[in-house]
Amino acid sequence: MQTTSLLARKREREVRKVSAVFLIPALLIIAVFIIYPIVDSFRTSLFDWNGITAGKKFIAMNNWKELISDDTFWKAFRNNIIVMVLSIVIQMPIGMAIATFLDRVGKKGTIFKVLWFLPMLMSSVAIGYLFKYALDTNTGLVSTISRMLGGKNIDLLGNPKTALLTITVVICWQFIPFYMVYFMAAYSSLPADVYEAAIIDGATRGQYFWRVALPMMKPSIKSAIILSMVGSLKYFDLIYVMTGGGPGDASELMATYMYSNAFESYRMGYASAIASGMFIVITVISLVTMKLINGKEEV
Amino acid sequence: MREESKAKKIAGKIIVAALVLLWCVIAFLPFFFMVMGTFKEQFEMLMGGVFKMPQQLYLDNYIEVFQGNIWNYLKNSVVVLVISLTVLLFVSACAAYPLSRFKFRMNKPIYSLIVACMSVPIHVTLLPIFLMMVKIHLYDSIWALIGPYIAFNLPISVFILVTFMQGIPKELEEAAEIDGCGKYRIFWSIMFPLVKPGLATLAIYNSVNMWNEFSFALTLTQRAENRTLPLAIWEYQGQYAMNVPMIMTVLVVSVLPMIIAFIFGQDKLIKGMMAGAVKG
Repeated sequence: MQTTSLLARKREREVRKVSAVFLIPALLIIAVFIIYPIVDSFRTSLFDWNGITAGKKFIAMNNWKELISDDTFWKAFRNNIIVMVLSIVIQMPIGMAIATFLDRVGKKGTIFKVLWFLPMLMSSVAIGYLFKYALDTNTGLVSTISRMLGGKNIDLLGNPKTALLTITVVICWQFIPFYMVYFMAAYSSLPADVYEAAIIDGATRGQYFWRVALPMMKPSIKSAIILSMVGSLKYFDLIYVMTGGGPGDASELMATYMYSNAFESYRMGYASAIASGMFIVITVISLVTMKLINGKEEV
Repeated sequence: MREESKAKKIAGKIIVAALVLLWCVIAFLPFFFMVMGTFKEQFEMLMGGVFKMPQQLYLDNYIEVFQGNIWNYLKNSVVVLVISLTVLLFVSACAAYPLSRFKFRMNKPIYSLIVACMSVPIHVTLLPIFLMMVKIHLYDSIWALIGPYIAFNLPISVFILVTFMQGIPKELEEAAEIDGCGKYRIFWSIMFPLVKPGLATLAIYNSVNMWNEFSFALTLTQRAENRTLPLAIWEYQGQYAMNVPMIMTVLVVSVLPMIIAFIFGQDKLIKGMMAGAVKG
């Protein structure tokens, strides 16, 4: 008896030791490049500092006070929310429609699947520049088409009223393939006989989609919404390349505002406050949505 | 009655076909614009408009790009990708092994911590990592990129590999253990070979992310000689702002490796994205 428990304890100790050896590299990397930076960001936000020279002055919560009354930050926050809502509203239904189509046609649709997937392979910078030129006032696609139809040149990115909207459309162009793949995965995880059973019971395709497939994919749709939300709160590359947040602050997002404060105005302390603010905002929003979305399910 | 439903069916088909066509146009027009642009001269682009086909097969843009600095950017991208990817796959396979296989008190908390890291917005860490790299004198070198690239793809990779390893039957390990095989050997000679398909999927999926990464590359490097391919686009843009065909050529050249990889690993990539997608 005693020997077995002794052996068990020895085994347990060995498991613990081996686990530690295997886990330490990953935990170390996460600690250094994810956890420490989050903490450091909060710490730097308490200083007045240009980020380069040694003159680092402790100013306690002043950066945070400034942040709370900074109109541009809240404008950026509002823009982030606009992009977020529009992203969900545009990307989800189109992604779902395409996935439904590809699921229906099966193997025959491979060529469409491959071609529609292409935007996913491009970097945001490449997409940003591509569209910057494709939307150019004089030589771009939109202006050319408008002229062909007898209209005038259209300046979408230079106009404060349309800049953010235009960028959102480009973001949708970039990410719809992702949701296409995502919902195709959701379709393929449905049991194969569900469709047949529904059809045998006399359901039409439409009824199958609305009454059977869609409700069964609810969990995937929920996590797609969370993904899209968290994703759209951290856009940077595309906006940075296309408008740099402009014209004025018309398309400023939290991340671009943080970047320009750090590397153009050299206000590292304040930029860190923006970054930390971003962290808080994103964490709160994701937690609240997760609670809301998952909470409803239990009722 | 039947006539009517038949007509309805045909109408439905036409609508679907029209939508498919519309989506093809939306998805393609930008690519068309990009690729056509590369075969045009600067003034041809300005004068001829977008839809005019190039007058001849004009390859000077490509020649100029390939004679320029592009090889250096390409080399940097490849070095960063190969090192980051190798370390990433090894470290995440190591971490996934105990998390999927052993029972110990810290298992759940550690796993939750790693999964929680998936939703950390990477831009929050941009400034602290910049300051860190300046402090340890790695700023403005490609080595500065490797740490962050590993770290930000680690949580999802561990997550996917844990799921993958949980699907491997335990009997194999138990048999090996009875034969006197230690835990490390089990990992190397049994687990590692068995998760190879999972690793391949992850490799392709992570490659796309790393290859296209911009924010860290922009912030952590400065001189052209130390920058990666996404930054080449940026630098060419500064240099040739008015030469649209030239920039389109750089765009095509930077996407080309990914498209080639996609042609070979199409299935794996889409599978990787799907695995990544269902993480929520």
